[in-house]
Amino acid sequence: MSNDGPTPLERFINGILPENPVYRQILGICPTLAVSNTMEGALTMAGAVAFVLICSNILVSLIRGLLKPHLRILVFTLTIAAFVTIADRFLAAYMYDMSKLLGPYIPLIIVNCIIIARCEICASKQRLGAAVMDAVGQSLGFMLGLMSIASVREILGFGTWFGKWLGWRVIPAAAPEIWSNWVIMILPPGAFITLGLLMGVMNWIEARSRKARKAVAA
Amino acid sequence: MNYLASLLVLAITTALINNMVFHFFVGNCPFIGVSRKVDMAFGMGAAVTFVTTIAAVLSWIATYYIMAPGAPLATWLYRALTHDPVKVSDLSILSYIVYIFLIAWAVQLVEMYIRKFFPALYKAFGVFLPLITTNCVILFVCLEIMKHIGLDAADPWGLDKALVYAFFAGFGFLIAIVIMAGIREELDHCDVPKPLQGPGITLIIAGILSLAFMGLTGVDGNLARMIAKKPATAEKAATPQAVDVHHSYSVAPDQPATLNP
Repeated sequence: MSNDGPTPLERFINGILPENPVYRQILGICPTLAVSNTMEGALTMAGAVAFVLICSNILVSLIRGLLKPHLRILVFTLTIAAFVTIADRFLAAYMYDMSKLLGPYIPLIIVNCIIIARCEICASKQRLGAAVMDAVGQSLGFMLGLMSIASVREILGFGTWFGKWLGWRVIPAAAPEIWSNWVIMILPPGAFITLGLLMGVMNWIEARSRKARKAVAA
Repeated sequence: MNYLASLLVLAITTALINNMVFHFFVGNCPFIGVSRKVDMAFGMGAAVTFVTTIAAVLSWIATYYIMAPGAPLATWLYRALTHDPVKVSDLSILSYIVYIFLIAWAVQLVEMYIRKFFPALYKAFGVFLPLITTNCVILFVCLEIMKHIGLDAADPWGLDKALVYAFFAGFGFLIAIVIMAGIREELDHCDVPKPLQGPGITLIIAGILSLAFMGLTGVDGNLARMIAKKPATAEKAATPQAVDVHHSYSVAPDQPATLNP
């Protein structure tokens, strides 16, 4: 039981690209869409998800011998809810503006499918090492996915990258006739369209690289 | 009348303008996953509406009486235990755990009840019930209701408003997922570029639908204004009638005049 399944390193690498939570598994896209209009929000969200994912994976992996099959989902969600409360209180105490900005999407991490899926697929079946590496890999993958969407949306919508933190303007604030901020990218429709197009780009790249590999093999 | 009007505005705002899927992005996983056939989508939407309403009532009760700052039951217990008559309890730190527990419990309860007493209904949407424990819509509705309960809530909601909010949040989700399923059924006959097939094109369509739903922004304000100005609009609406009445009156004195002699 403890030795089957992928090794920790495989788990780690899988999380980043082959099983990327945003583009491959299409799990937990509610926060992906909702908070990805600025880089700061996206990074904070990714940090909160990483904290919750790692902590709950560790805990579930430690108690995996005690889990009863019919109660396991409930145990997972209650574990996650406890860690989300910690993350939420922490953000409210030390990063109040960010906590206000993210609003209900921090508590919604509880029902984020990625975390429950990782608890179910990996942490409840494998040892601590594999569970931790899996959580780190998945959260890195989630962060990359979130950052890619947030980059597109923030650059097109505000013309900046990392808004207040770095204050780096990608597109110079020229006269409005040259570049007017693309407001729709900040609003909900922009999120859906950006994610859809980026997903298409990812699939296209993957199909091409597979074709190239096949050509090399042949 | 004012009361009913405020409920109506809340319902329309929740279901159409601040639509759960297109405005708040919650419930996206089933929205992408279960929107392939219209009847499946309808079952999913109905199940979500049903459970959301039940979970919202449960969480309103728990929040109002136990968890909100200054909730009567918890404050009474706290004062009785600490012998301090001014302290106010605040258990809102527990709210996330309690909500998720209540939601899971409501889902289990609904599933068992329906399987026992309504087998046909169970066949129709029973498969979706276990899935929706982790549906964001339900938790989002509970959190939204939590914001409107307590001592420092700007616009406190009673159970009635919470109920209307929850039902129409679920109804908005139902509308969104059924529209999406209808579009995707037609999409089967279309030539979609290969990399976009599946979730890609679904998300882009969702973006376009979201743009369409943005067109409804402001309807709530106008509706509220219309209802608030009810006497004026009623007068305006009644003007043609009044003219008619006037006509009939102007005729009426004539008629008796002609009839009398």
